[in-house]
Amino acid sequence: MRVIKSEDIYTKMKQVVLETGYILPRDVEEALKKAYEKETSERAKEVLAQILENSKLARETKLPLCQDTGTAIFFVIMGDKVRVEGEHISDVLTRAMVDAYREGYFRKSICDPFTRQNTGDNSPPIIHYNFVKGDVLKILFMAKGSGSENMSISKMLPPSAGWEGIKEFVVNRVVEVCPNPCPPIIVGVGIGGTFDFTTILAKRALFRPLDQRHPDKDIARKEDELLEAINSLGIGPMGLGGKTTALGVKINVMKCHIASLPVAVNIQCHSARYREVAF
Amino acid sequence: MKIYRLHPPLKEEDILKLRAGDKVLLSGTIYTARDTAHKRLIETINRGEELPFPIEGAVIYYVGPTPAPPGRPIGSAGPTTSYRMDKYAPTLYKLGLKASIGKGKRSEEVKKALQEYKGVFLGAIGGIGALLSLRIKKARIIAYEDLGPEAIRELVVEDFPTFVAYDVYGGDIYVKPKL
Repeated sequence: MRVIKSEDIYTKMKQVVLETGYILPRDVEEALKKAYEKETSERAKEVLAQILENSKLARETKLPLCQDTGTAIFFVIMGDKVRVEGEHISDVLTRAMVDAYREGYFRKSICDPFTRQNTGDNSPPIIHYNFVKGDVLKILFMAKGSGSENMSISKMLPPSAGWEGIKEFVVNRVVEVCPNPCPPIIVGVGIGGTFDFTTILAKRALFRPLDQRHPDKDIARKEDELLEAINSLGIGPMGLGGKTTALGVKINVMKCHIASLPVAVNIQCHSARYREVAF
Repeated sequence: MKIYRLHPPLKEEDILKLRAGDKVLLSGTIYTARDTAHKRLIETINRGEELPFPIEGAVIYYVGPTPAPPGRPIGSAGPTTSYRMDKYAPTLYKLGLKASIGKGKRSEEVKKALQEYKGVFLGAIGGIGALLSLRIKKARIIAYEDLGPEAIRELVVEDFPTFVAYDVYGGDIYVKPKL
């Protein structure tokens, strides 16, 4: 049995949460640079240049990349041969996040759904647990802004809708909501599972780096097809026109019931702040 | 496309020359307000009480900044998605608001109010809160401190970069998707 001290998780995750707020992931920065090179319209180029300048300034000043420092979301992938010693892992992650948000001067954006009273410390985080075999402990973190989260959607399609129906559903959603979620966006698509699980598939898809293709060639091709359809809309950065409406489409698939075709679209803004940590 | 430098409070003549797509650099005093602050502003108006800032010629910035770190007037401060303020905006334009700054699409009611009361909707680029923060020179809370990030702040900005998203002539900068 591998033993990991809860305090080590706290120290590492606090640092990771802090950095997520003001350092854009490498794959996102690179995709934005490529998009800048590819764009020909003056407006699209200017928006992308400002986004890249913001990334540089945030890193230098440690001012958050975006004022919406988001809902804190964790995915914990934990093997059966690992034990966390000390504090309960949910408490450790909450404490690491709360301390990072306070010390980093991040915005506390979590409130009661009825009274809208702010909890004051950005808690509680959303924590998903996946139990696997082995001695692995991997923690994924995302600071998810609500400008893009609000534009997400899921639907139980009839199986007869097929891939064409899925494609139409995803592209229509982008058409309906842009430019609200700050394009260029990243589109996480969950296909299959159940009503609840398809949305988790979509969220989880957003953790796959933009430069990492889906291992299944057919799904990778479907991702390309969707990306091309979305970028041919011409919405462009911040909706001001251009070739880059999305930086990527990431699909996550699971088997589903013979009567169902659940689909979820989780939209991510260009300030895609996520990290993956292996312990 | 033209570039204008404007100094709030804005006058009708400032607004009439603007066309969707023009760039506007703002310098001077503007006010922050978003979801809950708007609800309270409208309740204040309905009670016949005075608003916490002069609305005539005012510019409202839809933003909920991060806390100010030591040595800075304000934290990260980019625009928030603006359709959520659509319910409240026409009343404020009617009372003399000249511009709101935000991002995303607005309702038909807001578009009509802009034309009727001679106002504009200025777009700022979303997700560049660090860059925009550096254009804010002063910030102080003037109302609803209990709302935290949603409190109303008086900001002094310098060359704050915006573009005209909707003008008074029904002009709209957002590109219609090619289907």
